[in-house]
Amino acid sequence: MPTPAALEVTDLVKTYGSRRAVDGLDLTAHHGRLTAVLGPNGAGKTSTIECCEGLRTPDGGTVRVLGLAPDDQRLRSRVGVMLQDGGLPTAARAGDVLTHVAAMYARPRDVHELRDRLGLDAFARTTVRRLSGGQRQRLALACALVGDPELVFLDEPGAGLDPQARAAVWALVRELRDRGVAVVLTTHQMDEAQALADDVVVVDHGRVVARGSVGELLTGARHTTTRLRTREPAPLEAVRGALRPGLEVRAEPDGVLTLTGDLTPQDVHRLTGALAQEGVLVADLTVGVRTLQDVFLELTGTELR
Amino acid sequence: MSALDGTAGTAGAAPVARRLAAQTRFELAAVLRNGEQLMVTIALPLVALVVLTSATAIELSTHGRSRVDVVAPGVLAFAVLSAAFTSPAIATAFDRRNGVLRLLATTPLGRSGLLAGKVLAVLGVQLLSGTVLVAAGVALGWRPTALGLVEAAGLAVLGTAAFVALALLVAGTLRAEAVLAVANLVLVALALAGGVLVPVADLPGPLAAVAPWLPSGALGEGLRAALTTGAVPAAPVLVLIGWAGLLAAAVARTFRWD
Repeated sequence: MPTPAALEVTDLVKTYGSRRAVDGLDLTAHHGRLTAVLGPNGAGKTSTIECCEGLRTPDGGTVRVLGLAPDDQRLRSRVGVMLQDGGLPTAARAGDVLTHVAAMYARPRDVHELRDRLGLDAFARTTVRRLSGGQRQRLALACALVGDPELVFLDEPGAGLDPQARAAVWALVRELRDRGVAVVLTTHQMDEAQALADDVVVVDHGRVVARGSVGELLTGARHTTTRLRTREPAPLEAVRGALRPGLEVRAEPDGVLTLTGDLTPQDVHRLTGALAQEGVLVADLTVGVRTLQDVFLELTGTELR
Repeated sequence: MSALDGTAGTAGAAPVARRLAAQTRFELAAVLRNGEQLMVTIALPLVALVVLTSATAIELSTHGRSRVDVVAPGVLAFAVLSAAFTSPAIATAFDRRNGVLRLLATTPLGRSGLLAGKVLAVLGVQLLSGTVLVAAGVALGWRPTALGLVEAAGLAVLGTAAFVALALLVAGTLRAEAVLAVANLVLVALALAGGVLVPVADLPGPLAAVAPWLPSGALGEGLRAALTTGAVPAAPVLVLIGWAGLLAAAVARTFRWD
């Protein structure tokens, strides 16, 4: 018998005035798996999560958290929450905040271990107001985990973290998952989702536009993408002229050329040949790599929001 | 212990009493660490007590009693007002803006525990300021009766209910910066013109007519009656109960957690 889902959201609707922030969204998260809710800003990620946390009342659909209604008081000791805005009392010292939140639980995790794992000792005596963004993120994560939850909601956990802190956070989140905790995280950082997620749900305009494992989303590609970086600016016209019709070339804002379509060995030969004729040195050429970012942009468009 | 060993129900939460005690201690520590809040809840009333009692240049109608007899109850009313209104209004407004109310609502403390902790912390601050002020009053020659003090404590609790509700009403509807201004302005206005420091009888006509119906005037007059005559008239008690009910209902309807 399959274990029941840790989180089951069906046809969720949340409106603010006349705006439907969440518009018929379905979401399932399982124990021992990490589910990433991916979407551009304003896609309805946070509204969805807040309905699951019991912080907002849905206008339609059903939400079952560990088999219970999201506002069921019994969930408070079983669900950990990290809010996007942190929600930390600013006047208190970081260490005191964590100890205080731990006092709400009968069997909290070892506070010292958490402090150590997340490097909180370095600023435990600093008031929250004076912490950097990344330090606050780590403290908020510790507060979400200190109750030893069965399900955790992490809203943008990677925001503002330096590479070291990010590695520590990722390791801790993976370990939670391996212990059987259901982890639901929202993010718009593709590398974070790609590195951590077992299941990805891409949300846009309050609806799910794609779902699956990272692998499934990546192989569901319409075409492969090739990235080309050159020492000198690449002459776009010369590259276009050298390639077969059907291969689409685009100059990205960061100077990289992307080629979409099924690239053959001959195409690569012609491409580098054309560049050699122009005296342009290839610095980096990666064939057929599709990242979650490509999938995401395909699904949600490139329009700025 | 694994996260999946079936600790269902509220088993994972600390007992209610421990959660409340922790929250009360946390809130109390926040007030005591905050210089401005200590200033307004303890230092300011203490200065008012000493100055109004000893500076005879300030005219007071004492009706044959010593100055401290008239000043002390008003100062206690002021301390109740500042601890129950100004201090929690500002703290709650900033907690709301910073998402603290939302975060703690997701822990076993919950929203009700959060509010209960705030109220208990207010009572704790009042116990502290009341002790300091009564001791200072006694040092200045004040001799309240034990009965009067017990009655005063009862009135203070009623006043606290009304003013904490008022604090939550502004904290739960206005922006934090607006609350900061409103909470201090209302404190000063009520202290001087609302029947707190200045007895209702000494207020100019229109104010004297309105003040007894305000929670501030009811608290001030009630405390003055309790601590000078030992008898509490019904009117202030009923006014405070009425305001507490009215304001609590308004809070329940309008409070926004984010």
